[in-house]
Amino acid sequence: MTRQLLRDGRIVVDDWRYAGESDGNAAAGLIFTFDRWQTERDAWPARGARVGVVLLPAHPVEALVPDLPRLSLIAAEFPGPSEGRGYSQARLLRERWKFRGELRATGYVHRDQLFFLARCGFNSFELPEDEFEFAQAALSTFSKAYQPSNDAGLPVKLQPL
Amino acid sequence: MYRYDVVDKTLVRERVAQFRDQTRRFLAGQLSDDEFRHLRLRNGLYIQRHAPMLRVAIPYGLLSSTQLRALGGIARRYDRGYGHFTTRQNIQYNWPKLEDVPDILAELAEVEMHAIQTSGNCIRNTTSDHLAGVSPDELEDPRPWCELIRQWSTFHPEFTYLPRKFKIAVTGAARDRAASQVHDVGVHLVHGAAGELGFEILAGGGLGRTPVIGQVVREFLPREHLLTYLEAILRVYNLEGRRDNLQKARIKILLRSLGIDEFRRRVEAEWESTRAGGPRVDDAHIERLRACFAPPAYRRLADGEPATGQETEFQAWYRYNTSAHKVPGYRAVFVSLKQPDVAPGDITDAQMELLADLAERYSFGEVRVTHTQNLLLADVEQQQAHELWRALREAGLATPNIGTLTDMICCPGLDFCSLANAGSIDVAKLINDRFADYDYLYDLGEIDIKISGCMNACGHHHVGHIGILGVDKSGEEWYQITIGGAAGNDASLGRVIGPSVPKAEVPETIARLIEVYVEQRQPEERFLDTVRRLGVQPFKQRVYDAPVAA
Repeated sequence: MTRQLLRDGRIVVDDWRYAGESDGNAAAGLIFTFDRWQTERDAWPARGARVGVVLLPAHPVEALVPDLPRLSLIAAEFPGPSEGRGYSQARLLRERWKFRGELRATGYVHRDQLFFLARCGFNSFELPEDEFEFAQAALSTFSKAYQPSNDAGLPVKLQPL
Repeated sequence: MYRYDVVDKTLVRERVAQFRDQTRRFLAGQLSDDEFRHLRLRNGLYIQRHAPMLRVAIPYGLLSSTQLRALGGIARRYDRGYGHFTTRQNIQYNWPKLEDVPDILAELAEVEMHAIQTSGNCIRNTTSDHLAGVSPDELEDPRPWCELIRQWSTFHPEFTYLPRKFKIAVTGAARDRAASQVHDVGVHLVHGAAGELGFEILAGGGLGRTPVIGQVVREFLPREHLLTYLEAILRVYNLEGRRDNLQKARIKILLRSLGIDEFRRRVEAEWESTRAGGPRVDDAHIERLRACFAPPAYRRLADGEPATGQETEFQAWYRYNTSAHKVPGYRAVFVSLKQPDVAPGDITDAQMELLADLAERYSFGEVRVTHTQNLLLADVEQQQAHELWRALREAGLATPNIGTLTDMICCPGLDFCSLANAGSIDVAKLINDRFADYDYLYDLGEIDIKISGCMNACGHHHVGHIGILGVDKSGEEWYQITIGGAAGNDASLGRVIGPSVPKAEVPETIARLIEVYVEQRQPEERFLDTVRRLGVQPFKQRVYDAPVAA
């Protein structure tokens, strides 16, 4: 199966698969559930392939911190339109723990959330098929911001320390 | 006051465009009711009993005459000729059409206003002391800090989908006129040991289903850390607040379950780790904000006694509807929105326009909204008070009842709100009918009655000296009465006097409570203090011992 993504502002074909998803692409990176990762983590580095983890809203980001150097992707899940913990998780991963890999928003993710998700540090988005044509524009819903966050290039009114 | 710069203007315009598109998609069937609900609620738009209700933000209650005039025009052209001021210093329109809302927002943007974050689970409009900058008991003007918080909290990317709504109140005076102890966060301007400005930070206060008085998280926060500290509180709440049960999702429940010590430990730990990269309080920015709230060009005047020799009605109005000003020769003038025949907080389009004119003539073109649902002209020359009073009286805006029993806080209730269990406005009307004698009201002194039509407590009934809560009893409207609540420095939650009473018996019940007070009070003792001294028992006994004659 192929899945489209908005990644770094461009629509691309996903080169990752979730563990359990059937896929012919052997080169695809593998995304584990959080629990599965806990059992796989010690065995993994030997195999040398790219690996990612799904982070649910209730998971503490700190549990992944020792593994960040070997994780290429973290996919934060948004189970519904009112879930907001992923925004804080993303900022913690990017700003405090300096995670530089792909930070993906999955689950209930629509154009109306993209601008704020991106400001918190997400750089890739799994979207419903009919949202892609509007998604790029949604990333520039606002041309300015008040508060510093994890984004580059946006003029910010209140300067960071 | 603060005027928009290019950043504010751009953001508000871009928000109008975004919301116009969201409304269009909903009307075209591309967004479900539930999906649109999550979007419109971030913009103050509720679907209510009769029509949508649009809540417009009035940051810390401050309006220019131009803005008030625009609000009046919107009331006339898009609503039924009136608006309703709320306990959060905002204004609500009860009858706009959904498809008109984007145009209303565009008109608001023209006068530097919006409806951003006036509802939904996000940081709401920051509220403050309506006497900010003019009250003699003020330590520092809170408005520059309110404006700083407004900017920081507007479109904060991390905190737009909180577990529940989040309300911040800021006050800088000895007397707390902003009910800061019943907010999610209360910010008190204080001076440190060396006289430097800082903040006392409270958290976990709130009304609603589970009323709680806020607790001190930090006694003294140096001023440069205000925003990073707020960010730490919000992050702990966003990550750890309950999301499984709406009734338990406010920060007060988190604080209670962790205990203040553990809550404080988590906030401080979060703050230590993140404050280095957070938004700083830039001295130059603060100075610019301070300049926005610099005192107007007061004339050099002496204090006088303008009521002397005037008609008694004016004397009463001057005594009750004006308050002390720190500049000699000036008074702060309350515009009572508690006319006996009008729903508390309601105002017509023509009244708004008239007030805009009066503000320009008598009070440097500014008007404030109080959390008690009145308006205020903050800087009126004492010698012009009589002229102003005549104009206000003509327009039905000079009811001389500020601080008295009929200056009631009242939610929209069953007449408008889809959450309500019972009417509020008609109860206020019944109480007004019963207590129509001003001499009696003045003799009773300061009594706060607060009425909510349901547990959500928009009418703040828990902190009323007398609180009235509407409950549904097999389809009938009944009312639970509490006494002994207060929202100021001595904040406390009222205690229930006994079983609820039917609507028609509310005025008699209030009258009996007042009777006990009149019989038992000591010289100069307020109703609230008599209740605190005697406890609920004698009041309860009087209300329930003899049946109310129908």
